[in-house]
Amino acid sequence: MSDLVIIRQQVQRAFAIARKDVRIYYAKGPIIIYGVLMPVFLFLAFTIGRSLPADLMIPGLVGMILFFTATSVSPIVLPWEAQARTLERLMACPVRLETIILGDVLASFIFGVGISVVPIVIGLNLGVTIVSPAIFVLAVVLAAFCFATLGNVFSIPPTNLPATVNMIAAAVRLPVVFISGVFIPLDELPVWGQKIAYVSPLTYFTDIARSLMQGQGHLPLVVDFLALIGFTIVFLIVAMKLHRRTMPRRI
Amino acid sequence: MSVNDTAIEVRNLTKRYDGLLAVDDICFAVRKGELFGFLGPNGAGKTTTVRILTGVITADNGTALVMGSRAGSLKAKQVAGVVPEMANAYNDLSGWNNVMLMAELYSIASGEAKERSEALLKALGLLERKDSLVKTYSKGMKQRLILGMALISDPQVLFLDEPTSGLDVQSARLIKSLIQGLNDRGKTVFLTTHDMDEANQLCDRVAIINKGRIVAIDAPERLRIATSGRHSVEVSFTDSVSTDNLARLPSVKEVQKIGDKYRLYTDVPGDLAVTLVNYSASAGLKIVSLNILAPSLEDAFITLTTKESGDV
Repeated sequence: MSDLVIIRQQVQRAFAIARKDVRIYYAKGPIIIYGVLMPVFLFLAFTIGRSLPADLMIPGLVGMILFFTATSVSPIVLPWEAQARTLERLMACPVRLETIILGDVLASFIFGVGISVVPIVIGLNLGVTIVSPAIFVLAVVLAAFCFATLGNVFSIPPTNLPATVNMIAAAVRLPVVFISGVFIPLDELPVWGQKIAYVSPLTYFTDIARSLMQGQGHLPLVVDFLALIGFTIVFLIVAMKLHRRTMPRRI
Repeated sequence: MSVNDTAIEVRNLTKRYDGLLAVDDICFAVRKGELFGFLGPNGAGKTTTVRILTGVITADNGTALVMGSRAGSLKAKQVAGVVPEMANAYNDLSGWNNVMLMAELYSIASGEAKERSEALLKALGLLERKDSLVKTYSKGMKQRLILGMALISDPQVLFLDEPTSGLDVQSARLIKSLIQGLNDRGKTVFLTTHDMDEANQLCDRVAIINKGRIVAIDAPERLRIATSGRHSVEVSFTDSVSTDNLARLPSVKEVQKIGDKYRLYTDVPGDLAVTLVNYSASAGLKIVSLNILAPSLEDAFITLTTKESGDV
């Protein structure tokens, strides 16, 4: 069988795994709580009672919701499956480890893109204009994939307790939101704050959103996109390499 | 055994966990169409061996081939169906969706997958409940579904790790008859079990594994005949009897009380049967049943594993 046929088969099987994840995990409590409710209430906590213009709030809101939702599914799938004793059966199927990871990432990606439509629509209804919708859609897609791969990195420790993984994810997500220009635009951060912001992938999406919605980006769009691509590649490599070591310890 | 006849070939397979040898330099081969049993107590290395053959874990040393391909490769996994020991179906999906998911993961065309799923679920007695969530299934139904998930790809080799463990008699019987049917249709079956009766009933050949090492490989009957000193006479009386008294009878090597019966091990079962009749008459006892038993597979297992560990 040629390599191309094998790759096509594995991609199809990744989509099958993603569909399985969508059916099983989207309605799970941790996903709704950590993926949807937490960012909404966090956002409300920072904006209620403060008369902030919509084009200042909405880029941060979109970024935060996209980040939380796209990192909410991929971390918990493997621990949940190990706990439910469905993982060994999946590992015995003719799917590579990369296929399983890609399937879980796709499920998280779809969730992130789908839910982030809501704050975008809210923003449009509040009068926010997006300068270049095509570039914005590309940014959402790329950022969702990047965040979904980050979510998969959270699940590397071979614990079979979804709660433990959620703890690790929360310990990363909350600080990232605060350093990424979500609540305070990068231009208004001190220099040391900007330097810290550069290590977060969310910084670059939020910068793109501010650039296209507020007309005020901190970095050139090309730099933002390249950074997101770079983070995605790094997260994918880390996930593949380290899951290979920890997967056998889950069963 | 020629390469073309071989479904599974294992050479010098070794696996360690934290310094503990779970599988210790084992070698065996399984012919195509054979129903091969891996018999051993808990912790013997059966599941570790199956996991290496199904590609879930990798061995530290040695080689394992499934239908000529390296165990764990995509080619090997594509021709194999697996029922792991501690496996569940997806509780939040229906029985139908579980089977169809497996069909997708083996790239079975959609139309064919639907036909096969329907036929399989019907044969497994699950068709009426195919759209119910698996969390509503009984344990026996779940195990049958997992077997169906393993069969949807029409595998050439089936790996079954303790497939009847924990099941009620009816479900276990159904699973065993399904396994026998599959083997009758030419499928190679690799079965692990700690149930001697199951190995005896189903398997063409049995490998006895203990503490990670293979102790013997042969047909169940030949394993039984090859063991000596494990002939026995099984007797039950109307009243209970002291096992010490029975142990003092001539040519009795060992006495076991099994429920309401006594099993007396001896080299001369015929003579012992006569002795027991005379003893019961002299002791004022009535015999309810008296049977001379050939060595069971359990006896063979005990003899062989005792010899292996040197506790003769």
